[in-house]
Amino acid sequence: MGLPLFPITEDPGSNFMALLTKTGAALPKFEASDEFSFRHGTTVVAIKYDGGVIMAGDRRATSGHSIANRAVEKVYPADRHSAIAIAGSAALAMEMVALFQVQLEHYEKVEGVSISLEGKANQLSQMVRANMPLAMQSFVVIPLFCGYDLARGVGRIFDFDALGGRYEETDFACVGSGSVHAKATLKAGFRPILSETTAVDLVVASLYDAADEDTATGGPDPLRGIYPIVAAVDVNGFRTLTEAEVAARFENVIAQRQAQREVQS
Amino acid sequence: MSMPYYVGPEQMMKDKAEFAQKGIARGRSLIAVVAADGIVLVAENPSRSLHKISEIYDRIAFGGVGKYNEYDQLRVAGVRQADMKGLAYSREDVDAQSLANAYAQYVGSVFANEHMKPLEVELVVAELGAAHRQTQLYHVGYEGTITDRHDFAVLGGDSAQIADRLLATYDASNDLDLSLRGAVAALSGPDRTLSHEELEVAYLSSRNGRRCFARVTGSALEALLEQ
Repeated sequence: MGLPLFPITEDPGSNFMALLTKTGAALPKFEASDEFSFRHGTTVVAIKYDGGVIMAGDRRATSGHSIANRAVEKVYPADRHSAIAIAGSAALAMEMVALFQVQLEHYEKVEGVSISLEGKANQLSQMVRANMPLAMQSFVVIPLFCGYDLARGVGRIFDFDALGGRYEETDFACVGSGSVHAKATLKAGFRPILSETTAVDLVVASLYDAADEDTATGGPDPLRGIYPIVAAVDVNGFRTLTEAEVAARFENVIAQRQAQREVQS
Repeated sequence: MSMPYYVGPEQMMKDKAEFAQKGIARGRSLIAVVAADGIVLVAENPSRSLHKISEIYDRIAFGGVGKYNEYDQLRVAGVRQADMKGLAYSREDVDAQSLANAYAQYVGSVFANEHMKPLEVELVVAELGAAHRQTQLYHVGYEGTITDRHDFAVLGGDSAQIADRLLATYDASNDLDLSLRGAVAALSGPDRTLSHEELEVAYLSSRNGRRCFARVTGSALEALLEQ
């Protein structure tokens, strides 16, 4: 590969997507037909707590009525202080995440500073917008974006619609086919100032309820040791909780639900 | 009818080399040192924002001396090449050698082009080794020469003297902090001391996570130099 140098008036600057277009390395857009079988992503949630934001997502990918994969990851670090989760058409969603991650890092390296959290959300909004022709043919990708805003010292959550509309949420947000059920649980349990532990418990309970009601959302799978991915973004950056931690939280939720049933009977 | 002056190719190359050397000698020097636990890059640079040392990719760093606008353009091209390669293949397929070769090709072609002035730059591409790859420093000269080093590379006008001083104290078993102090001593020479405000320092180290590049600045750098 030669050096990607450009005449000064045509230089793409720190915009990685523009660079791909200029060099002809951008993937070609394709026309999809509705009969084509594709994989769908499912329930992802984000909630604010006193130190930042917790983000989580189940692991199931479906293709029609079949389970296509039991261990898909839907929550990723976008950069050091932000996270992205995806719901929708899996291949396009993963491509979007990969491009978004590179775009943020590329900008940071070229310019020497990070994009602001709001700037990152706007970048993502443009990527969703660019996917609109495919969204019209049911290849929708809906991301959920959150991060720790270093300039303001708070965690922030952004969700999107299929046309790239960007909305900031004050408390929590859910995306995907199981989001209605997850949202009900989050809404019932949300308090303005949550500790990290409480927020994680709430998120885990919401995913449990989503998996309970929605066929396309996977629940905890102790047999194979597959659990939803839970990540925290705070002033120190992005980190995922270990599988053992998440497993223990799910055991708590199940124990609580069992106790409730015993009281009722 | 006026006749164009004839300048022999040897004379032309000599003139170009002299021009580039003069340009590079006007700027200050830079050292890249391989330590036991990483790579140290240190440059004499009073500016806090116009960097000589930068991150290219997970395990690759860039150092440039000479004319800022020229080596910065090459730095950006390097970041682009690395990011595009990493996306098209895999993160582990991004290597310093192909980038250093691309730099050498470009700098060499500009040097040989009779309608262009030579680039007044000298570059180093440093790569921290991994399981399948060795730690390497690639030194690219203004005329497109490329050399690979496993100990240290000195760039800039005073490079021969600085390299002599560094060679006297260099020890491959030194850690990052010790290597930094050795490099700063070599850079400043016997007659002066450089304060942390006159230096730009970065480490390539696995302890920084996936992105191994980290700048050492402010009070942290001051404390390291005082030890």
